[in-house]
Amino acid sequence: MDLIFRARVGELLLNTVLLMLVTVPACVILGVGGAWLVERTRLRGHKWWAVLLAAPLAIPAFVNSYAWVSAVPSLAGLWSGVLIATLSYFPLVYIPAAATLSRLDPAIEQSAASLGLGAWRTFFRVVIPQLRIAVTGGALLVSLHLLAEYGAFAMIRFDTFTTAIMVQYQSTFNGPAGNMLASVLVFMCLILLLVEVRGRGNSRYARIGSGAQARPLRLPLRAYQLPAQLFLVALTALAFGLPLTFVLRWIFAGGPDSWAADEFLPALLQTLAYGLAGALATTAVAFPMAYLAVRHPGWFSKALELSNYITSSMPGIVVGLAFVTISINAAPNLYQTSALLISAYVLLFLPRALVTIRSGLAQAPKELDEAAQALGKPPLLAFLRVTLRLTAPAAAGGAALVFLAIVNELTATLLLSPNGTRTLATEFWSKSSEIDYAGAAPYALLMILISAPMTYLLFQQSKKAAGQ
Amino acid sequence: MTYFSHSRLPEPRIAASVATSTNSHLKIDAVTKNFGSQSVLMGVTLSVAKGGTTAIVGPSGSGKTTLLRLIAGFEHPDTGRISLSGSQVAGEGDWVPAHKRNVGYVAQDGGLFPHLSVGQNISFGLDAGKLPGGHRRVKVRVAELLRMVSLDPEMAKRRPHQLSGGQQQRVALARALAREPELMLLDEPFSALDAGLRVATRRAVGKVLQDAGITTILVTHDQGEALSFADQVAVMRGGRLAQIGNPFIVYTRPADRATAEFLGDAVILDAWMEGSLATCSLGGIPVRRPPAQGRVQLMLRPEQIRIAEDGPIRGVVVDTDYFGPETTVRLKLSVPPILGKATAADHRYHGGGEIITIRHWNASIARPGAELCLRVVGEAVAFPMEDLPSTSPAGTPGTGLS
Repeated sequence: MDLIFRARVGELLLNTVLLMLVTVPACVILGVGGAWLVERTRLRGHKWWAVLLAAPLAIPAFVNSYAWVSAVPSLAGLWSGVLIATLSYFPLVYIPAAATLSRLDPAIEQSAASLGLGAWRTFFRVVIPQLRIAVTGGALLVSLHLLAEYGAFAMIRFDTFTTAIMVQYQSTFNGPAGNMLASVLVFMCLILLLVEVRGRGNSRYARIGSGAQARPLRLPLRAYQLPAQLFLVALTALAFGLPLTFVLRWIFAGGPDSWAADEFLPALLQTLAYGLAGALATTAVAFPMAYLAVRHPGWFSKALELSNYITSSMPGIVVGLAFVTISINAAPNLYQTSALLISAYVLLFLPRALVTIRSGLAQAPKELDEAAQALGKPPLLAFLRVTLRLTAPAAAGGAALVFLAIVNELTATLLLSPNGTRTLATEFWSKSSEIDYAGAAPYALLMILISAPMTYLLFQQSKKAAGQ
Repeated sequence: MTYFSHSRLPEPRIAASVATSTNSHLKIDAVTKNFGSQSVLMGVTLSVAKGGTTAIVGPSGSGKTTLLRLIAGFEHPDTGRISLSGSQVAGEGDWVPAHKRNVGYVAQDGGLFPHLSVGQNISFGLDAGKLPGGHRRVKVRVAELLRMVSLDPEMAKRRPHQLSGGQQQRVALARALAREPELMLLDEPFSALDAGLRVATRRAVGKVLQDAGITTILVTHDQGEALSFADQVAVMRGGRLAQIGNPFIVYTRPADRATAEFLGDAVILDAWMEGSLATCSLGGIPVRRPPAQGRVQLMLRPEQIRIAEDGPIRGVVVDTDYFGPETTVRLKLSVPPILGKATAADHRYHGGGEIITIRHWNASIARPGAELCLRVVGEAVAFPMEDLPSTSPAGTPGTGLS
């Protein structure tokens, strides 16, 4: 126990808590503000801004950090961490907030207006409370990312629990210090989950009543049109334009040499292989879980979902350490095998597949399965030809999300991958750690290119799911 | 002292399914089913004759859909037996799964597979390998089935979402017909359609099934649909069958008050039963099989009470509801003069003053406050008094319900 209370832990705790206290509100303000401008004002080009504000999500935080360090080499410490984390993670609040705002029934706001509230007071007294679920959910995601992020903070030499655990791991391997630090991290994650459950509240925010909903109201911006546009230009430039520019600058600076095929191609192929295998394994595990939850809801399926919800909110470094410990003690043959790495991916990214498959299964009601059986198909064949067939598009969507998450995964991959493994993320990491910024650039660009469709997919999905 | 004219209604026709219970296609014997602690079916026994049409009708939650799902083989009965064409398919350890029962099933929303075209939906249950002529034979059969349900064979290329609700139901029927089932189960297949389409689709479906000679069971909560579609109506309530019989019998001679009120509007009056004559505010009315003597409840259908210039009964219009082709008239009955004399000193019956609801085609005849002359046509049905205090106060408000 002595280890936990060392001064070092106090310092890390302070860093991590301060980081969250500043970054989370900043993300909420930027995310909700951006969503409001895009969805509820007569902002010029709001359709373009809607996509552009989600775009920074396509840039992995450690690539963002790399670009900022290239731009301002002196960046270090808490405030740099806040800057980079805020620019990387505010879309996690923006996306659900925008989805909710676009679905809010304008009749509620009109009622507020008829009760004598002005536009601003309506916004704060009626609209903001309705955003509660979206904002608490987004804030939880930002906090979990802040706890889990390694690369972005290591690059600017800002110490959090995760970076400290990694340092411990690299120096002492499976040392008790690393495990102790990890247990504090786990504890913080659990507290966050509890806070989120509290913050979500029990009030009903779904639309009451039937009938088609009118289109949301848009406030005229008038004199504020220009400041609003300038604000969005600045935000997008810092969060998306700057990282992209610096990645491209390094690519031009490096010239064709940095695309050395003997290094680049194996990393790409291995990344694709891990991504595919992980996506397939995750989907295969998620399908029966989703099937149980949708078709046979009960305490077992609920317990399964809850435990999965908790494990998947654990940082990659914790899952990685746990797998290292377990495999060394219980199954040494498995340590540093690709099978172990893929099972860690399954555990980390299961919810992404689960959510999409669940909504897909809802499109394939039990009645269709029964109709097939009444038409003489045995249950298994009926399942294959109807339920599985109808769920296939959703399962593919879920698999794609998992695939793209694996492509950008760094921490667990560093801990668990077999010797000689090179993925885009690890290769980018080792090059940029050696200050070979030009050599790292192609990997960064490729990760951004692969992530872009995922971001768009998430953005589209949120628009559909918000009504439910 | 009888104020009724002899019934001009037809004698009840005897349904095949009632007459020939020995030659039953489907036999359900004392079937029970619980979901958790909730019992949904509490001992249901029903027999359906070959080629007959049976409607299972009941309010929602009465267990009728569960019964249908047991017949289809989607659920196991807890106790009891189900047999099809003499061979047991469920109960006592026997179990034939749904896909081996050769039972057609049409669900409420049609249940068409959204990922398949109309033609592929219809041929889903057909095995091209087993049909002589293979795929070409399947195509011919699909066109044949589409024509059978009065749809253009060209529709085979369309997707389910491109069809209207009524067309989807017809395709669902064609799909179920493809395997030439001996028994067709229809689970509220018309309830999702709008009123006009519902009647037309119901008729078309009924005709197709009748022409093919397929035993049919229809589950519905719509009494009119049940009475018009089937030659045997089974009224279900609270997990039990309250009454089984041909539509005319269950409508005109319901077994109890709840069945009477479920199957249609009913005028219920307190009455005094002596022999086969019931005395009430509407005079003396014959009852075919009186269940009790003395105080009873009398049930008449509103259409049995007619407005007639020479009618012996008087009633004052309370209010009216205009529905277009007919008007609902609420009337406060006065005590018939003869009856008033006959029973004035008699404590057995204190009639008069009940408010009843009847229907009439002519809206102008019934203005609130006007006095109308009434006449009762046909027989009434008497129910034993429900558990009310034995001395009911005089002039109990009438229980005429609509």
